[in-house]
Formats: sequence, C-alpha cells, structure tokens
Amino acid sequence: MTFSIETPMTEPQPISPSDQLTLAEVDCLRCIAGHMIPASARHGVPGADDPGIIADMVRSLDRDRAELQRVLRMIDEFAGGRLSALAPAEQRDLLARHRKDGAATLAVIEAVVSRAYYRDDRVLKSIGMEPRPPFPAGYPVEQIDLTLLDPVRQRGSIVREA
Amino acid sequence: MNEPVDVLIIGGGASGAAVAWSLADTRMRILCLEQGGWPNSAQYPSTGRDWESRQVEDYAISPNRRASAADYPINDNNSPIKIANFNGVGGGTVLYAGHFPRMHPSDFRVRTLDGVADDWPIDYATLEPFYAANDRMMGVASLAGDPAYPAKDSVMPPLPLGSTGELMGKAMNELGWHWWPSDSAITSRDYEGRAPCINLGHCGHGCAQGAKASTDITYWQEALRNRVELRTGCRVSRIETNDDRMATGAWYFDRDGQEVFQPAEIVVMACNGIGTPRILLNSASERFPDGLANSSGQVGCNLMFHPYALVRGRFDKPLDGYRGSRVFMWSMEFYETDPARGYKRGYCYQFTRGFGPVMTSVSGMADGLIPWGEGHHDAFRKLFDHQAGMVSICEDLPEEINRVTLDPVLKDGNGIAAPKITYRVGENTQKMLDHSVARGTEILLKAGASDIVTRSPLSYAGWHLLGTAKMGKDPKTSVVNEWGRAHDVKNLFIVDGSVFVTSGGVNPTSTIQAIALYVADQIKARLHDLFD
Repeated sequence: MTFSIETPMTEPQPISPSDQLTLAEVDCLRCIAGHMIPASARHGVPGADDPGIIADMVRSLDRDRAELQRVLRMIDEFAGGRLSALAPAEQRDLLARHRKDGAATLAVIEAVVSRAYYRDDRVLKSIGMEPRPPFPAGYPVEQIDLTLLDPVRQRGSIVREA
Repeated sequence: MNEPVDVLIIGGGASGAAVAWSLADTRMRILCLEQGGWPNSAQYPSTGRDWESRQVEDYAISPNRRASAADYPINDNNSPIKIANFNGVGGGTVLYAGHFPRMHPSDFRVRTLDGVADDWPIDYATLEPFYAANDRMMGVASLAGDPAYPAKDSVMPPLPLGSTGELMGKAMNELGWHWWPSDSAITSRDYEGRAPCINLGHCGHGCAQGAKASTDITYWQEALRNRVELRTGCRVSRIETNDDRMATGAWYFDRDGQEVFQPAEIVVMACNGIGTPRILLNSASERFPDGLANSSGQVGCNLMFHPYALVRGRFDKPLDGYRGSRVFMWSMEFYETDPARGYKRGYCYQFTRGFGPVMTSVSGMADGLIPWGEGHHDAFRKLFDHQAGMVSICEDLPEEINRVTLDPVLKDGNGIAAPKITYRVGENTQKMLDHSVARGTEILLKAGASDIVTRSPLSYAGWHLLGTAKMGKDPKTSVVNEWGRAHDVKNLFIVDGSVFVTSGGVNPTSTIQAIALYVADQIKARLHDLFD
C-alpha cells in the first residue's frame, strides 16, 4: 500500500518501556489503532498505527495512562496472551466482539488514538486543515444579513408580565 | 497572624472580582484570597498543536480529571451530572463559553406566576442597572431589540453568526419560533484594551486572544489599579467567629502549606455554589454546630445545576465547524411556562457549531456514526465540518435532597474535607429535558439534518452551581437576606451563585455578577449601620 508521505508532526522516536507503557502494551495499542483507523491510499493518509503517530500517542497519554493500561491488559487477556500474536482476521473479530459487548471500555482507546491521529500533519492536510495552532491567526467567520431576524421582530415582544 | 483588613473576599472568580472592583470605591483595605494562580494566556491550549488534547488534560473542565494543585476533589459519584469548574484568578470565567443571557423578569416571581419554589426577594428591575454595568465591565457583544427581553442597551455589535447561524435562523423562521444573536461576553471589536474575537473556537478552554471576558482581564485589572490586594495560592479552610457571633476572619493554607489566620471586619464569600457551602459547613464550631450561617439548615441544600440536553445533526453542506465562538445564537421560544407541555418553567437553547477533528472522531465513534476500519475515513469526512445543533439549558427547581455536604473520607491536598454532591434529576426537569430534545430534533429536521444524535442529560455539564445558600427574608428558610448578608452572622456576605433562589433557564454568570455588584452597592449604601 502506498500513500503520500510528508513530514510528520513529530519524527518517530524509539519507544522504550520507560515511555509510560510496557512494550507489550504498546504492541497491543498499535494493533488496536491499526484496526480502528487503517491507512487509506484513497485519502492519502497513514493509519493510526503509523510509527510517528504511535510514538506521539505513547508520549502524551497523560491522565489516561492508568485506564488505558487496564484496558490493554484486559484485551490481551481476552486474546489469550497477546492480541498482536493473533492473525489479523482474528484480531479484527475479537475487537469487534469486544466492542459489541463493552463499547464503553474501549472509549479510552478511541480517545487516545483520535487525539494523536488527528493532529498529524498528513492527516490534517488531507481533511483540509492547516497544520497550525488556532492562535494567533484565528479563522474567518462571516456575519450574516441580520434582516433574517425580521420575522422575529415582527412577532413582537414575548416577555412575560411579571 | 496577618495584618487585619476591612474586607476579606474569598474567591477571585466571577463574583469575587466584581465585588472587589465595586467596593474599591470605599477606599477600605480589601484583600481577596484565591486558591489558584493567575492564568497565563500564552499557555492556553489554542497556542499549541495539541489544542484538542489539552482541552481534556490541564484545561479539562472537571476538577477531578484536571487535578492541578489549585483544585480540590469533588465527590460527584452520586450525581448523574458531574461538576465543572476552574480554580484560579477568573474562576469559571476562564473556561466558560461566555454565553451571557440575563435572567428574565418572570424568573424572580416563580411562586406567584407558576406556584413553584419561592419568589426571589428582589426583582429584575432591582438588578437591571447592575446587569447593565456588568455588561459594560465585561464587554458584551449583543444586538439590541431582542423581543424576549425588556429593552437593554448593546455595548458592541454581536458576534458573527456564520453559516451555522444562517442555517438555524432560517429553520427557526420556518417554524415561527424565536431566535436571536446571543449576548456574548466576547468582544466583537477593540474594547478597553482587549482585542476582538478572531474565531479561535476555544472559548471553553481559555481565550488566548483576550477577547472573552474572564475576570482576570476585566474586573481584576481595574480592582488592582484601585489598590485591592489579590493573594493567590491561598486556600481558605474555615471562617472564625467570636462570642458576638461575628466573623473575625478566615484561616487559610498558603503556598507552603502553612495555616495562617487573616483577620477582617467583613467577610465576603465568592467561592461558587459548592465552594461556599463547603467552607461554611467546614466552619462548624461550638457557636455554630451545624456550620456557619446555617441555623436554617439550608446551607448546602437546594443545589441546582441547569441540566443540559444536546441535539446535534449532520448537514450536507459544510458549516463553520470548529471555527468561531461557541456562543452565537439563542432561542427563548420555550422559556416560559405553558401548561400544555406538562411541566412548569422552561429552557433556552444555545445553538452550537461543530467540533475539531479529534472531538469529531471521538464523538462520532461514541455515537455510532464513525466505524472502525475501512469505513472510518469516509464517515469522518461526512461529519467533519458538517455538524451543528444546540444544547438546552433547563431550569432546575430547588429540592432539598439535591445538596452539597462534606465527604467523610475524601480530602484535598491541605487535608480539608472535600465536598460531596448528592443530586438527581427531578421529574419536572426530566419532562423539560425530553421536551427540549423533541423540539430540538424538530428544528434540526427543518434545517435539513440527518444522523441526529441526542444526549440527555449531558453528564459533564455541571457548570452552573446554584442555590446552596439561598437568599430570602425569612431566616428560618434562607441563609442570606435580600441584600446578601447572612442572617446569622452580620458581617458575613455571600455574592456567588449560592444565593440563587431559583435557577432560571439561562447561563447564570451575568446574574451572578449583577448580584455581586448589587450586594456591593448595598454594603456601600449601608456602611454606617451595616451590622445592625
């Protein structure tokens, strides 16, 4: 599979157990991320299991780390040891079953994956966003023709007598 | 022990800042103790690429998730609505959206008009000049002539309504229902040293532009110039009293964790509807065994939130998306009681734009609109920049069982008992929520939406903390009198949302600040016999 490769927001860095997750947990997270948001040649975007995106994800877990670790360990147990050791089709089926039975428990993974994926330069450009902070440039929003309010004005006061 | 002051204000948020500014006229020595620090707008989320992540990290609305040194934990396990606040100079105004409706005249007469709760001991006309003064101090953008309100002046033009406002306005016109550009505490032009809004879309997590009126950049700048002292990093634990049943000052923990006593002639509570009853209850003593100013037993009771319902839909054409202020348009169509609806009182709608990409993805997956796998990208692109809707802000009637107490186990970093919330959505409120979801869906369908999702009540929306030290003329049923002085302690005043008798169906900051200015005005007018 090919897609346009541009400079990611953050260069991939080696992931070590000291980066908040164990290697097994990173492995499980990468596997789930790839199933959640796979690469798309049509849209020209990497998957969420892209090395740069995973590295960014692992480095920025912050307040979700403990809950994420709990869920990743649970999924590995559900897989009989390591999710990543299963064939891709088995991984997909297992995750689908888990989502059906307990979607809420996967919410933390959806949040963690989305937060890293949707700030990657390649992804932002593909959805039409400039890869920049909102401040200081801001964004344009137009004022409308306020004569659209004429019917509201014509109806008159709706203040309740008190 | 510190040097005594004339006035000690506890809390530097919306109301503390307003009362400090107003009382500065008197040239009394005024000190405000604030448990948090000064916000740094250069570090607000919108200044970085990780802006959406930080909205749920160090600028999360939940103090329990944020858990910064300035925050105290809140046990809200026994409430379907979770607490949102911000602790620091500016308080909740640092993170609020700046939606700035006033309460309506009928809100002060609910017993007389609708037979529910109690009438307020003051009315809209009493607060009107303070609403107007507050609009000028905060810098409110609005359009004069809203038929849902008595006449009021506009300080500056309204914020742009954008493609979302146009779409919704047309739908509302087709339905024949009221809508109007929102009063917004966000500058639409240069105003008093503040730059105009540039549509960052970050009103709810600190405005780096300084367009949104948080009190750290409005009232506090003026108050400090007028020699009010603001001491940050100081967490008050309890109010001290003497044999005359007067407050003598407050104990607080400083930045080093040392407990210090601050003597004062007048104590003003401005800690919001949870922080204020927490301190009052924690100030129980032999003189006041049930908590300070609590002979009525009403301290902590009658907690009101404004339960929110959300209705959001997808549109074929692209809209404003993440661009633009979060507040731009309201409807008061269902604000007043209509017996045919099966409940008393009402709600307003606050229309909403779309999300940034992260929130589009997270909420889209949670709502079942974005799948995992190959279909993710197409589904995401259908939603992103194509969603809009509204939230309803429902009037919550006071009920004694909805309350703030002290948690017997949970404590903050200084060992002070944490507040515990006990709350359930009342039957009247639930009917109102249901009505707002049904009408909101109707509006979105009229506007051409599909994939409509609803949530009711919104869980993480406990912004408006009201009613826990209610105002009234009868000391047996209320905590403060009609000008904010505690019935039981004649030099103790409360100026925050605790004093609300009822909640109204609108965001309360405008009213909280108007009340703070009104109470300050009463103090100034009565200085010669304030403690009689």
